[in-house]
Amino acid sequence: MIAVELRLMLTRWRTWVSIALLAGLPTVVAVFLAVSDVAPRPGTGPAFLSAVLENGALYPAAALAIVLPLFLPVAVAVVAGEAIAGEAQAGTLRYLLIRPVGRTRLLVAKLVSVVAYTLLAVLAVSVTAYVVGTQLFGSGPLPSVSGTELSSTAATVRTVLAVLYVGWSMLGVAAVALFLSTVTDSPLAAALGAVALLVTSGVLVGLEASASVQPYLPTRYWLAFVDLFRDPVLTRDLLRGTALQGVYVVVFLGAAWANLMTKDVTS
Amino acid sequence: MIRTTALVKRYGRVTAVEDLHLDVREGDRYGFLGPNGSGKTTTVRMLLGLVLPTSGQVELLGGRVGRDALAQVGALVEGPAFYGHLSGRANLRLSDAAGPGSVRRTRAHRVGEVLEQVGLGGVDRRPVRAYSLGMRQRLGLAGALLRRPRLLVLDEPTNGLDPQGIREVRDLLLQLNDQGTTVFLSSHLLSEVEALCTRIGVLDRGRMVLQGDLEQFQELTGLVEVRTPDVRRAAGLLGPSVAGVFEGGLHVTHDDPAALNAALVHAGVRVHALHAQRRSLESAVLGATGDSSDKVAS
Repeated sequence: MIAVELRLMLTRWRTWVSIALLAGLPTVVAVFLAVSDVAPRPGTGPAFLSAVLENGALYPAAALAIVLPLFLPVAVAVVAGEAIAGEAQAGTLRYLLIRPVGRTRLLVAKLVSVVAYTLLAVLAVSVTAYVVGTQLFGSGPLPSVSGTELSSTAATVRTVLAVLYVGWSMLGVAAVALFLSTVTDSPLAAALGAVALLVTSGVLVGLEASASVQPYLPTRYWLAFVDLFRDPVLTRDLLRGTALQGVYVVVFLGAAWANLMTKDVTS
Repeated sequence: MIRTTALVKRYGRVTAVEDLHLDVREGDRYGFLGPNGSGKTTTVRMLLGLVLPTSGQVELLGGRVGRDALAQVGALVEGPAFYGHLSGRANLRLSDAAGPGSVRRTRAHRVGEVLEQVGLGGVDRRPVRAYSLGMRQRLGLAGALLRRPRLLVLDEPTNGLDPQGIREVRDLLLQLNDQGTTVFLSSHLLSEVEALCTRIGVLDRGRMVLQGDLEQFQELTGLVEVRTPDVRRAAGLLGPSVAGVFEGGLHVTHDDPAALNAALVHAGVRVHALHAQRRSLESAVLGATGDSSDKVAS
């Protein structure tokens, strides 16, 4: 079932169109930067962007920071929200279960497919950004955010860690959308529900008055991957973010499983 | 093959199925009848493990409803459903690969075989969303037959088919049944069930109101229907055994149609047609069920 699910995901136009759009946004930003040669002043705009003009090798990190607030989570929410609800809406869910594909197995296959999509998207963004960045801005020794210089091995390791951290953060979104996908028969409702949660979280994270709940909000530590490019790496928020996403993943996947197992499939 | 014991399904305060004892035996062609909204589909879904019973048991192929039993069941529930962007062949291959008990080596061959069987042998690479309703129905049937199941559970299998298509599907089901496949057919079409099935169960408002061999519901009424242009002469001849007269014929209480015919012809009464009358399945079913449940009375 996992192989079938992956094949279905990879042969869909939608998958590749959304990934192309995701990788396209940082490319467009890079072109504007290169043409105008006007970078945001340090401390404004998306992370890293001010430093990119000096060194294109930093652009993958900047690109992740560009797609992370909205574009990437929306794409993940749409794909994960579609997982069960999409099959229910098309009527194929009943035939999969009769085939029989066990409900647990189905959920695992969908999860694997969503994880694969997320990694594919994050990788596509980083690789495209690396190519575009080094072509347009040239490369040089990578400076850390703290001002010291990073060796190329260290830079690669940190970029890979950043990709994994962003992927893990997106898995929290995927878990929420997957849970909603088992609740409703409408993929749109599931995706919108997950996006609504993220928007709420984003608003509260930006609000000083809600400081007491901020450590528990899903989007609170997303941008902590920037800390990977400090020297030495600032691990506090990274670890908190990893643990917090872990809680979201476990709770919502558990809820998704419990709901699917006891659900009457009437679609 | 299928046996349910005191099966109940409630949705909140609405009872969809109540105390259902269903008994389908190996080799049956079982017709599951009932008006719309009587709980047929809920029952079919419970048999296949899609809907979980509130109480009571379902026994499928001698065991509980699970992986082992379902692997030997082919089903069509509330119309076929496919991935619209893929071809029919690709859909069948995916479905086959998704679950247990399928051999990869023989897959292409088996898919070709069932497509041939349901009359889609020449189907091209068109995506399923371009299929007509009848083609989808045939493809759904092909999906149900793909792994040569021991039991076929079909919900309204002739939906969307034209008369020739209905006839073809019926012949196919008869042929499969001959080869040992048990067929469970759920339908609200009496004629379809009457033409195919050997045993029937009738559901009304969630309860089984009739279950037994089809013949038992078509027993002789003891009347012989005689069609003749000489109605008056016939009536005069037969006297008190005439149970009723209608335009162009009469009903006669008589237990030997052949002797009756001989007597009429001997007396010079011309006879078009003459046959022993049976109760129709329709009257048995309508007698046992109430109003159509999708009717909303004022």
